[in-house]
Amino acid sequence: MEVKIVKESDTVTAFIKGDIDHHTAKDIRETIDTYVQEKQPKLLNLDFSGVQFMDSSGIGLIMGRYRVMQMLNGSIKVINIPVHIKRLIKLSGLLGLGVVEEGAV
Amino acid sequence: MAEVKNEMKFEFISKSANEGFARATISAFVAQLDPTISELADIKTAVSEAVTNCIVHAYDNRLGIIYISVRIYDSGQVVIKIRDKGCGIENINKAMEPLYTTGGTERAGLGFAVMQSFMDNIKVTSKQGKGTTVTLTKNIIPRVVKNG
Repeated sequence: MEVKIVKESDTVTAFIKGDIDHHTAKDIRETIDTYVQEKQPKLLNLDFSGVQFMDSSGIGLIMGRYRVMQMLNGSIKVINIPVHIKRLIKLSGLLGLGVVEEGAV
Repeated sequence: MAEVKNEMKFEFISKSANEGFARATISAFVAQLDPTISELADIKTAVSEAVTNCIVHAYDNRLGIIYISVRIYDSGQVVIKIRDKGCGIENINKAMEPLYTTGGTERAGLGFAVMQSFMDNIKVTSKQGKGTTVTLTKNIIPRVVKNG
């Protein structure tokens, strides 16, 4: 698991690589939250193009960051979702929250 | 009756680093049935949910042992049993409700919903103070049929 974060004006994008499960979610969460609290972006992109495996811990991760960004009066977007995790995203009800890139799932 | 093609058992302590180990091990064993990538991903996801439940809920982040057995049948059926000797589930129906969680704000409450959706069958037996067994079943479609 690896998280690479880049900032471009008011947007922060976190590229997550590897597996997202209960074990790895903690580090991913801490890395992103530390950065976001410091930079206070308007938009946080979670780029999932490098995610090889994800279970419902990934859904918890998205929901948690959604709350963090709400508190900062910002928003989040999950982008570049690989085919193999689309089913889980659909099942999660996240689509109703408007945080998933349009037309992605 | 379908005949048992192969069977294996393994156990490990309830450390979260073993979530990846458990799904990789089961995935390697089930590969004998020549599943599609999608079928294998379904199994890995369901197993990851069940093992996470053992760690987060059954043992409540204390150390215990998680026991897994996998049986595959020549019909293509996979039966995975994931057992713990943890606290048990007070109300199984409640625990299986989507979005219900006692795991705090970072848990989605989707573990059982994912297991139900990604596998063909799930059975949960639990006794408070004794532990829980989750039995996951999936039918891998033989390649001959897949290829039409």
